[in-house]
Amino acid sequence: MPTLTYRDALNQALREEMQRDPNVFLMGEEVGIYQGAYKVSRGLLEEFGPQRVVDTPIAELGFAGIGIGAAMAGLRPVIEFMTWNFAVLALDQIVNSAAKMLYMSGGQIPMPIVFRGPNGAALQLSSQHSQAWESWLAHIPGLKVVAPATPADAKGLLKSAIRDNNPVIVLEGEMLYNTKGEVPEGEYVVSIGKADLKREGGDVTLICHSKTVTVALKAADTLQEQGVAADVLDLRSLRPLDEAAILTSVAKTNRAVVVEEGWPHCGVGAQVVDVIQRDAFDQLDAPVLRVSQADTPMPYNKQLERAAKPSPERIVAAARRVLYLE
Amino acid sequence: MATATAPSQSKDLTRADLHRQMLRQMLLIRRFEEKAAEAYALGKIGGFCHLYIGQEAVAVGSMAALRSDDYVIASYREHGQALVRGIPANAVMAELFGKATGCSRGKGGSMHLFDVAKRFMGGHGIVGGHIPLAAGLGFAVKYRGGDQVCLCFFGEAAVNIGAFHESLNMSAGWKLPVIFLCENNRYGMGTAFERVAAITDVAEHACSYDMQAETVNGMDALAVYEATQRAVQRARQGGRPTLLEVRTYRFMGHSMSDPLHGVYRTKEEVEEQKKRDPITQLAHKLKDDGVLSQEGVDAIDVEVRAEVDAAVRFADESPDPAPDELYTHVLAD
Repeated sequence: MPTLTYRDALNQALREEMQRDPNVFLMGEEVGIYQGAYKVSRGLLEEFGPQRVVDTPIAELGFAGIGIGAAMAGLRPVIEFMTWNFAVLALDQIVNSAAKMLYMSGGQIPMPIVFRGPNGAALQLSSQHSQAWESWLAHIPGLKVVAPATPADAKGLLKSAIRDNNPVIVLEGEMLYNTKGEVPEGEYVVSIGKADLKREGGDVTLICHSKTVTVALKAADTLQEQGVAADVLDLRSLRPLDEAAILTSVAKTNRAVVVEEGWPHCGVGAQVVDVIQRDAFDQLDAPVLRVSQADTPMPYNKQLERAAKPSPERIVAAARRVLYLE
Repeated sequence: MATATAPSQSKDLTRADLHRQMLRQMLLIRRFEEKAAEAYALGKIGGFCHLYIGQEAVAVGSMAALRSDDYVIASYREHGQALVRGIPANAVMAELFGKATGCSRGKGGSMHLFDVAKRFMGGHGIVGGHIPLAAGLGFAVKYRGGDQVCLCFFGEAAVNIGAFHESLNMSAGWKLPVIFLCENNRYGMGTAFERVAAITDVAEHACSYDMQAETVNGMDALAVYEATQRAVQRARQGGRPTLLEVRTYRFMGHSMSDPLHGVYRTKEEVEEQKKRDPITQLAHKLKDDGVLSQEGVDAIDVEVRAEVDAAVRFADESPDPAPDELYTHVLAD
């Protein structure tokens, strides 16, 4: 199986879906001539031309809305945001137009559109460029939200997202674009709404998604050295949430730590904890703990930034606490 | 001679028919809205309900210039546009009543009337939020190489919103076949446009985007029709968008919860504007042209009143959506 970067896996998904369906087009800032701010769209302009790889002005609300209008007419737009921080300008369109169109039209207008781009902190980009938006987006009925952690999942989930008849948010990890992994060639889709057990243990469940999967896997290595075997459950999809996979793992381990890049207050982890307390209350041997970004804007300083982010050390500490090893 | 004059006669007849149809549509909207106000007062219509009384010439005149495969998209004051586009009064009234037989199955309400078969792409409730959608519909037409146009209705208050400017910029730059029709009724809710806009001639904004524009008397259905025809031609033939500023006036409050004139405009101003009633004006013209007698006008009025009464009965007697409709149409299959 070929090894690809996360970036090239996304590129492959886009290319294959654009070859497969002439209604699919890509629109966003710098996606064409510049080849993508993060080079995800490299080569697509040359292959598909400016009608299907559309460079836009810096007007997130406007071009998100144009994508939605095109989807109302039956096209299948892929809207790239240079980062999700900028997509906040387009939230009115995503929330009020895309997510509600099918419902408020009484089922007449499906909304086959993808909004994608990098999400979460990179390195020293400071407060406005280092944010994880999944809890904002996963809150909204009418949207699907996925956050792939590996190149294979990036390809498979983006292909599913493009074929879906609903608005799908694809949260890519800015720090994941260069990561490598095996990616199946050709037709490879990952169903939206299915979590993936990235590592099997039995003593504690580490529940994570996107970039925090890597962090949790490192934590699991450390825990292994300490004699603790961890399940590392990658949610992959935040709406719908694979509650069965969460409950299956917790039924086995009786202990869980939920990890995310977002802020703790009303975060994705809070939703996961709700599922566990409701449906696995009797199986728990310890309160569920959460590891998230510090409840602050992201600082610029390197040491402070490191302290703000979820780290293997913080996950190990939380896991040891739910195991009453601390 | 007969063969030489026939086409011209037929053309005149067509024009007379068109004018009669316009008058009928305007009267239908007027009577429909009057009944909607009554039903609102009786508690049969809930939520927000924005009436179109006074502005009928805008929807009627502009949409007469469209083909059935063109797209129409509107704001939340869209009962009139929905009726003109051919959504049956029954289905529009039933939607206002929140019934299962409504054009959005009772899930959209007054602000979200939809009928995809008629290419009526909705009423939208966030001021200015649907203007980019109009550009997107135009984008799709161009993408497919079609010659349809998209007619987008919005109020002058939407001109102060970024979405308006972003949409005009991209539509002009990309040559999208969209007609941006600003219904300037002078007040965004209770705020006079000149109190909040640096440029009060909306059409002037077009020059920022190298776009054609026209300012039109919105109390004259035929003037609106002709200006829209020119805009449609530009869009259909060269994909050039147009900004139409149509100056109109709303005789009612902003919504049913707003009194007729409120504190932001005087009773005298409203009464003065009512002298320009677009329905009276068109009726006069048709009488002057010998197209209709007063009896003819009255007969149309009787007919549309019956249609609206029937719509109210239909809405009243229609069932509510089934309880499980709450959970349908959240996601498509």
